[in-house]
Amino acid sequence: MWLINSSIGRKVVMSVTGIALILFLLFHASMNVVALISAEGYNMICAFLGANWYAVAATVGLAALVVLHFLYAFWLTVQNRRARGNSRYEVTDTPKKVEWSSQNMLVLGIIVILGMGLHLWNFWAKMMLVELAPCAGDHHLATNGVYWIAETFSCPVYTVIYLVWLAALWMHLNHGLWSSMQTLGLSGKVWFNRWRVISCVVSTIIILMFVAVAVAFCFGYRPADFDQINAVVEGCHAMGLC
Amino acid sequence: MAKNISVTVKFWKQNGPKDKGHFEKHEMKNVPDDTSFLEMLDMMNEELIAAGNEPFVFDHDCREGICGMCSLYINGTPHGKTERGATTCQLYMRKFNDGDVITVEPWRSAGFPVIKDCMVDRMAFEKIMQAGGYTSIRTGQAQDANAILISKDDADEAMDCASCIGCGACVAACKNGSAMLFVSSKVSQFALLPQGKVEAARRAKAMVAKMDELGFGNCTNTRACEAVCPKCETISNIARLNREFIKAKLAD
Repeated sequence: MWLINSSIGRKVVMSVTGIALILFLLFHASMNVVALISAEGYNMICAFLGANWYAVAATVGLAALVVLHFLYAFWLTVQNRRARGNSRYEVTDTPKKVEWSSQNMLVLGIIVILGMGLHLWNFWAKMMLVELAPCAGDHHLATNGVYWIAETFSCPVYTVIYLVWLAALWMHLNHGLWSSMQTLGLSGKVWFNRWRVISCVVSTIIILMFVAVAVAFCFGYRPADFDQINAVVEGCHAMGLC
Repeated sequence: MAKNISVTVKFWKQNGPKDKGHFEKHEMKNVPDDTSFLEMLDMMNEELIAAGNEPFVFDHDCREGICGMCSLYINGTPHGKTERGATTCQLYMRKFNDGDVITVEPWRSAGFPVIKDCMVDRMAFEKIMQAGGYTSIRTGQAQDANAILISKDDADEAMDCASCIGCGACVAACKNGSAMLFVSSKVSQFALLPQGKVEAARRAKAMVAKMDELGFGNCTNTRACEAVCPKCETISNIARLNREFIKAKLAD
């Protein structure tokens, strides 16, 4: 099986899983921006992506992509270190065109995974997991995504941690996207620079959308219907309707 | 106007692939700065031999930047800070300053075991070429030069790819010990021409399989290889190899 046995095949797996995850991030970031406009709209998306079979199936698919991407990253790194040999250079002078991120994708990936663990604990464990297993938490807040955004980012420490995480993610995506295109053979003399610009633009847009939500909620911004939505949710809860 | 400089050469000594190896130092005084780096090493070896020491072993052959034999990692850069498109043999002492310490190391990669000091075994590249870096042609009578029409752009690009001299600087610079720039240049020099396209799929698969078998690393597109390549090969060749390989595998 060439996706396992050959060096290019293994890189193809990294590229395809990476691109799929970038597409997910693009969707996730676009979804988050709704929280800046309408609490009701954002919570509707959260309800849509709750414990429905398609959302659960997509979550399992996403988890599989992350696991595959992560396992292949370690596998490639072990092979690369072996190929490098045991002796190290006394002096190294890294050429200017070599980006720091390109040489440290595993380190950046580990930061991304750690941040993802925190993110899952902050949101997924309090939303989808609670819907799937009601004993795991407060059920009436499970689809009140905007509440959890406000709750998380009202803590400045979390906001700073998320910003560091997003900076690492930006560097990871900025190299990862054009590198994927290169690995899939979709690059060349002309498209090389185009893909680099596209990578920079796409990763910057994704990260800015995430940053905008985190920073806005940290500084006390709330969408116009935030209090109304939370009052309704509280009311439903008090009356035992949800 | 040439001037003389004095430098300290810190060079790698290693007795074979299993030896741990170590650095030794030698002071070179009053070296004319229009001397080539390899000539300076020749002078150093004369001094070492005169003093009853073992000379420093390094690879070299044509000393014209054509053969790809010279292979020294100088002050952290494969071939040293030469002009672009040049190998160690075209590095001159005017690139250094009086009083500099010049660190000379071998290509460090599992694919290139050290034979002695800074001379490494690059037979792995020959094995990759033997696996598929050729065209199978019943040569017969020489054809008319224009029997197969080739665009000027393709001919030029194929020539650029073919200018890879297989020195191994790409592997030496790569943190993954990947030989993809070399292999992709050798695949590209044929893939761009109609004569090479006939066996393109077989060639890409065979050369990549041999490269993997010999233990070279996976390319992560750091671009260190193209930054140090003395023949200015670019990673667009790597994209072409990836394309050829994926196409061949999907067609299987």
